Amino acid sequence: MLCSSCKEKTATVHYTKIDGGQMHKVDLCEDCAKAKGVSDPTNFSLADMLLGLGAAKEVEQSSGSEVKCPKCGFTHADFKKAGRLGCAQCYQTFSEGLDSLLKTMHKGTRHVGKVPATLREARDLADQMKSLHQRLAKAIEEENFEAAALLRDEIKQLTGRQGGSVKT
Amino acid sequence: MKLDDFLVTPAETARRKGPHDRIVMSSRVRLARNIDDAAFPGWAKKPERVRALDLIQPAVEDLPEMKGAFSQSMDNLTQLDRQILVERHLISREHAARSAGSGLVLNREETFCVMINEEDHLRMQALRPGLQLRQAWAAIDKLDSELETRLDYAFSPELGYLTACPTNLGTGIRVSAMLHLPGLVLAEQINAIIQSVNKLGLAVRGLYGEGTEALGNVFQVSNQMTLGESEAAIVERMEKVLAQIIEHEENSRASLLEKKPKMVFNHIGRAYGVLANAHSISSKETMNLLSLLRLGVDLEMFPGADRSLADELFISTQPAHLQKAHADKLSAEERDLLRADMLRERLQGVSRPVARLKGGLGGGLDKAAN
Repeated sequence: MLCSSCKEKTATVHYTKIDGGQMHKVDLCEDCAKAKGVSDPTNFSLADMLLGLGAAKEVEQSSGSEVKCPKCGFTHADFKKAGRLGCAQCYQTFSEGLDSLLKTMHKGTRHVGKVPATLREARDLADQMKSLHQRLAKAIEEENFEAAALLRDEIKQLTGRQGGSVKT
Repeated sequence: MKLDDFLVTPAETARRKGPHDRIVMSSRVRLARNIDDAAFPGWAKKPERVRALDLIQPAVEDLPEMKGAFSQSMDNLTQLDRQILVERHLISREHAARSAGSGLVLNREETFCVMINEEDHLRMQALRPGLQLRQAWAAIDKLDSELETRLDYAFSPELGYLTACPTNLGTGIRVSAMLHLPGLVLAEQINAIIQSVNKLGLAVRGLYGEGTEALGNVFQVSNQMTLGESEAAIVERMEKVLAQIIEHEENSRASLLEKKPKMVFNHIGRAYGVLANAHSISSKETMNLLSLLRLGVDLEMFPGADRSLADELFISTQPAHLQKAHADKLSAEERDLLRADMLRERLQGVSRPVARLKGGLGGGLDKAAN
């Protein structure tokens, strides 16, 4: 593969730039890469290499450079260096800057797809519980006490299944 | 148990059959998962990584799919063994570079391989020969569902499965297929294909994944986006794109044979000549020539020879596999000699390529080609 800049030497440095949802792949020879500051780590952070140009700056500006993850101690500077986050909690700590970053690299910013079964069940139960409570309120309002009693029993049963973890 | 005793031979691996394996060498689906209570492996200090490994490894070993699995901490594997695993595409180069605090669980059939403390706490992969993305996804989905009852995953309802790198966030899925595309390369259409595949949000990489060269005309196609699209939708999109690439590759082969048969025969004939007669050959040249041998088998130019021979040599001529067969430490030059010896011996059973031109235009085209 030839260098896309000088078109003479063999490209040995390859990187991908993500710009406004568009991906650009650039292949450079060592000299051109040096000339463009790609191989100089002080000018070119790994975060930018991995996540697209300007990624590190984005997170810095939005979250402020002083932010530190309360759980793992990860800082913005660490992100710039590594292009990776420190722990699960970091997604909350650096959420503001990450949001625009996610927009450029993914199809959406909200998860669609598999959810762990325990969470799925909890979510389904919560939905079910909500609907039962609504029906109960309506039954009481309509003074349909027979239906209300049945609904109350159902709610009781469901609460048992939730292990009392969700307060109603 | 030693790794050598566990892994099947390259010959057995190469004989595994799957749909469309003329072009699609293998399918893989990998899921990235992390446990909630520990820093990601790249940020965790060694004691924390070891703790995470001690928690995760037994949970993975206990899975019904992992009965009789090979399970090892990376520091218990020699450098050579790790390289063998890379050459078999069972672990990443990054994982091979790790030591204490990282591990690997590989099932008996070599259809599941779980890397522990790679970039994420868990990188679990389902591997299948040929084009079997749907099957691979179903298999890894099931394994993941079992594992989630044993481990507390880092998951957010909004962002999905939380991963060390934001590029894997959400589903944490990477669906990929390894494709042999000599027709598109010879027809000089490969760059156009790569560009249009890139436009669809899919990545095209070389033989060993990210940042590697497409040796032997082997390309890896995979999804890049993981957030905002379901696993099923990603698998479906990949299937559609792969079907198109397969069609383009078949068309390229057919049109090359029709329009430039001498060019194709020349490449394949020369490849055979070198492979069967060289006394020193590098790994890179070997791969590129074996690709042409494989194409020759597909085009029925080597009657009686099986595609699996090329696939087997693809693995067994790699540096670590060659080294494994010899007690003394080999230099690169010595490996080149032994590689050539192996190729000459294995190609003794393969007779010279038969080049048959359609419509008996042989004489005329000979002149035209010069």
